[in-house]
Amino acid sequence: MNLSFSILSWVTFTPVLGVLVLLFLPKDRRNLLRWVAVLTSMVAFGLSLVMLAQFDQTNASLQMVERLPWFQLAGMQIEYFLGVDGLSVLLVLLTTFLTPISIISTWSAVEERVKEFLIFFLLLEVGMVGVFLSQDIFLFYIFWEFTLVPMYFLIGIWGGPRRVYAAIKFFLYTMAGSILMLLAILWLGITFESFSVPDLIAQGGIPGSVQTWLFLAFAAAFAIKVPMWPLHSWLPDAHVEAPTAGSVILAGVLLKMGTYGFLRFNLPLFPEASIRFAPWMALLAVIGIIYGAAVAYAQKDVKMLVAYSSVSHLGFVVLGLFALNPLGIQGGILQMINHGLSTGALFLIVGMIYERRHTREMDDFGGLWKVMPIYGALTLIVTLSSMGLPGLNGFVGEFSILLGAFGSEAIGSPIYAGIAAAGVIMAAIYMLYMFQKLFLGPLDKDENKVVKDINLREILTLVPLVVFIFWIGLYPKPFFNLIGPSVDKLVALLQAASVAVH
Amino acid sequence: MVLLEVVQGGGFFAYAPLIIALPILGLITNIIFGRRLGERFAGIVASGAVALAFVIAILQFLALQAHPEGVTIPIAEWISVGSLSIPWAIKVDTLSTTMMLMVTGVSTLIHIYAIGYMHEDVRFQGDPGRYARFFIFFNLFVAAMMVLVSADNYLMMFVGWEGVGLCSYLLIGFWYEKGEDGIGNAVAGKKAFVTNRIGDFGFLIAMFLIFGAVGSLQFDQVFHWVHEHGLANVGVISVATLFLLLGATGKSAQLPLFVWLPDAMAGPTPVSALIHAATMVTAGIYMIARSAPLFEVAQSTANLVAWVGAVTALFAATIAVGQFDIKRVLAYSTISQLGFMMAAVGIGAYVAGMFHLVAHAFFKALLFLSAGSVIQGVEHGHHHIEHGDGEPFEPQDMRNMGGLRSRMKVTYWVYLIGALALAGLPPLAGFFSKDEILADANMENMGVYILLAAAAFLTAFYMGRQILMVFFGKARSEAAAHATENPPVMTIPLMALAALAIFGGALNLPGVHKLTDWLAHTIEHVHATEFNVLVAGLSVLFALIAIGFSWLLYGRKTMKEGDPDPLRKILGPIFVGMENKWWVDELYDFLIIRPYVAISWFLADVVDWRFWHDWFHDSVLGSAYRNGSRWLAWVFDLRVIDGIGNGLGNITSWGSQRLRVLQTGYVRNYALAVLVGGVLVLSYFIFG
Amino acid sequence: MNIPPAYVLTLSGILFALGVIGVLIRRNAIVIFMSIELMLNSANLALIAFARTFAPAQEALRGHVFVFFVIAVAASEVAVGLALIVAIFRSKESIDVDEVSSLRG
Repeated sequence: MNLSFSILSWVTFTPVLGVLVLLFLPKDRRNLLRWVAVLTSMVAFGLSLVMLAQFDQTNASLQMVERLPWFQLAGMQIEYFLGVDGLSVLLVLLTTFLTPISIISTWSAVEERVKEFLIFFLLLEVGMVGVFLSQDIFLFYIFWEFTLVPMYFLIGIWGGPRRVYAAIKFFLYTMAGSILMLLAILWLGITFESFSVPDLIAQGGIPGSVQTWLFLAFAAAFAIKVPMWPLHSWLPDAHVEAPTAGSVILAGVLLKMGTYGFLRFNLPLFPEASIRFAPWMALLAVIGIIYGAAVAYAQKDVKMLVAYSSVSHLGFVVLGLFALNPLGIQGGILQMINHGLSTGALFLIVGMIYERRHTREMDDFGGLWKVMPIYGALTLIVTLSSMGLPGLNGFVGEFSILLGAFGSEAIGSPIYAGIAAAGVIMAAIYMLYMFQKLFLGPLDKDENKVVKDINLREILTLVPLVVFIFWIGLYPKPFFNLIGPSVDKLVALLQAASVAVH
Repeated sequence: MVLLEVVQGGGFFAYAPLIIALPILGLITNIIFGRRLGERFAGIVASGAVALAFVIAILQFLALQAHPEGVTIPIAEWISVGSLSIPWAIKVDTLSTTMMLMVTGVSTLIHIYAIGYMHEDVRFQGDPGRYARFFIFFNLFVAAMMVLVSADNYLMMFVGWEGVGLCSYLLIGFWYEKGEDGIGNAVAGKKAFVTNRIGDFGFLIAMFLIFGAVGSLQFDQVFHWVHEHGLANVGVISVATLFLLLGATGKSAQLPLFVWLPDAMAGPTPVSALIHAATMVTAGIYMIARSAPLFEVAQSTANLVAWVGAVTALFAATIAVGQFDIKRVLAYSTISQLGFMMAAVGIGAYVAGMFHLVAHAFFKALLFLSAGSVIQGVEHGHHHIEHGDGEPFEPQDMRNMGGLRSRMKVTYWVYLIGALALAGLPPLAGFFSKDEILADANMENMGVYILLAAAAFLTAFYMGRQILMVFFGKARSEAAAHATENPPVMTIPLMALAALAIFGGALNLPGVHKLTDWLAHTIEHVHATEFNVLVAGLSVLFALIAIGFSWLLYGRKTMKEGDPDPLRKILGPIFVGMENKWWVDELYDFLIIRPYVAISWFLADVVDWRFWHDWFHDSVLGSAYRNGSRWLAWVFDLRVIDGIGNGLGNITSWGSQRLRVLQTGYVRNYALAVLVGGVLVLSYFIFG
Repeated sequence: MNIPPAYVLTLSGILFALGVIGVLIRRNAIVIFMSIELMLNSANLALIAFARTFAPAQEALRGHVFVFFVIAVAASEVAVGLALIVAIFRSKESIDVDEVSSLRG
């Protein structure tokens, strides 16, 4: 098979090859299994870099398209249709980037049923990449639902004490939203006899009232996944119970599937409804920002704190997307990446201390910087990135989002952005509180005095993230260049619709 | 001459980026080698990096002599999204170079001082391993400060703005395991950062407003727009400047956001001198001076700036009178002096504000460093007499000092110079700078003038009180009696700063106005202030009276160990208020912090967890589902569906019960039935 | 001699009726059995009578064949029936059909 021809399929399905190899390996040779999984995901990452090299950043439309008819269903053509553009290219890279890091982070954390764990993890990667690359809604839906399965087992088997509860809750919530989306997808398929996203966008012409319903149906699935306030109740459970690597992927990539869904489907397919709903989405986003930040501050468990901070941060992303202007949407996409890096790193950090102390209660720590200076310094950088310190990645995204939302016609009032900016103050409050509880103060607990600093493997999992934290913060131009043209195209579409609305 | 040609060609401007790069280089070197190569190496690298940055700043100064209009040096594109385009670019003009010179110059001296100070401090605090880390943070601070002052747009300024805030946080909490309850220092750092973030929020909103109106955040473009369309947009400019003012009150510790600065004294003394007296806290003043075109248009905001400054100046001065911690007195004094600068830029006297900013940097850095010298001298004394009784000893409390004049001669003299400069006695730097502000205020706004004059009176008083309590009389503790002078690495920078505090007034002598002419290249509409003999004479008179008062109270009859403050008897409850900082911290705690904690606890525990997670999702949704399926299983399925099935069975069974009677088992009956059937069938065929 | 078929059929009917009555009212299994034989043979008589009266000469044997068939069936029936009665008598010690009512519902 010609590798350069079907690069997207290779990126998507390379992990399956790893799964096949894993199936034939004895399950007690854990390190061998881990190496195979890491190498597979590294190869997938390498292939995604090949994809990046072939990506033409001046081109706004889909690239490296693979389009084959798959099967027909009552006159509806379902296709195997992969493609990548500025909206998804960074998310694909984020996925393939975070997966090997997560697997490396499980080296000593997962000791039981290693083989199954790794198989599920690689399958999860297939699902996630597939979600970001599918351009056929039906195919997208299959990948979307497929990601639930490995994640369900990752939480349910390797999770904490309430893992079964959390896994079922996670599964049911996402499933409940997806059902409505499936109905909307079927409506589109029956009406237009096609599931291809670009074709549907080009065809347009969905009447306004229908757009409203379709928008809501898609939004139900995506808002639960993001999760937007007040549909966030599954998130703390899932995060707290999931194993470290699961949390990293959950926060880093799976939540982005929700915001990406808004970007890929809701905005271009239902532009008029998007314009009409923008103030409401912005309102929910702003409530999420403030609420998540306030609630995070009152947590006692580090993982809960980080989980609620995700609610707050993803509020920023949604606010940016529904600003419906280039600043907001580009900032929103970049912020998805930023959140993946920062929060992914935070979960890795929490996992490292949990592995040492088997507790996540903040009251059990204090003064750790003294015994773990490298860990402390890296955590400080990640913490600062998460609270949006200028010069680090979080700020670039948040500033673009807020500036976009402040002047957004669709949202209609600068108040939303103004209140959201207050979330920046609150982010400082809870993040510094966490840092203080863990690292500052006297080292007064005996268990903490003997804790060892992080080892080379753990440093290696964090350093790549920190490199990107600085890179995006200081020189985000290459990243904006990748997403720019596609966003401009999307905004042009929305503006045309906006003229139609008024 | 080659040098002259280079200067006139503006060639030195090309080195401007180094002013940021050098401190960063220094800190990277220290991250990698600092711990391994030892204290001497770390200290020299850090100080050297900053000294080189100072050289670069001088080169900029030279280049500006030939090109006073300044240049902008682009480094790279930063954020470029949609209509937003923000570069990394350095603006070298007379205003930014003034700041560069002051910051790098004072930083160099304080870095050198810190080599000696931190050598002692890390041993006193019990963790020598942290020596290199101190200089890493210190260099980071200089780099961030350089980003702040050399920015050519608001967003890059904001990077430095938050960057210095971060360094402030890290350095206040440098001894993060010390302080009240072992966590006091860390909490103080957090308080500083969060309070500053409230100001930063204002800065952010101001940027949004400016961008919304102008479509750019670059100073040149914004100011150009203000020239063209400013008068038609007074509304938006007024709101934007109000938010800028909020930002400035955070960073420059003005009312209502000044509360973090006194707590920031938890940091090591060089930090207090550099960050919380000389440089970082002046960033708000610099920002307003930089935004002068905006404030010129928004007169109402400018007025508010002046009042905020004046009220803060007096308010903080009253608190300074009632403090006993040597550094806290200086901290409130700093807030008060920043109020002077704020008032100056508020009434449009930008040069006076900048002049006082520079002069204040000299003498306040001097005072803090001397205070550090005093503290360490007393600590030496404490160590000298310690016999392991471990009684807690507060080396910063002025009530434990006294009579240090003879034991620490150099420190005494430089402290005296700093204090007199701060009190505003001629011919020291403080006299000229403060008087220029007072003269301008006297012309522009009488109310502001009166507040500032009162603050100046109190300034002279509390400095007199401090000098008399620390250096005169008899030692009030064993430690003070055994205090020793510090090594030259600390005293030489003190002497250099003392020289600056004496001669700093030369920058803008009345009648010569060097600084005015210099800054006029950047800030428009500045004018040389006439020397007002009446104002100057009055303020000198006030200062002398205030010092006289302090001598009456603290000098004539010296305090003994355990004596109460004589002012307490005179002022009574007012002194209690001053001593307790007018309970502002308690008020904020009651009004803001507790409600915030309570609300977030309420949201997290009650709303989100008990109501939303446990009650709504688990109980309502969960039990609705459970009860629903239970109903389906036990009611619907069992009664209705099974009922239909069982009912059919029952009916059949009931019918069979009836039919079974026919089944007698007697063959005869069956045969009869067959017969009857046969007869019936036959008769049907035959007759039917 | 030519006996009208009506006479023969009447006799056959009387015999059949006697057989039926015997089956219905007698209790003794043997007697019931004999009554059944009587009914079979009355049918044979009717068959012969019809064959003689209606059949053309070349097909006259058809009725006779039926009669032989019935006689063969009756013989095998007697064999099976008597065997059953013996079996019932062995278990019940009686051949009274009213005693044998285990099929009652």
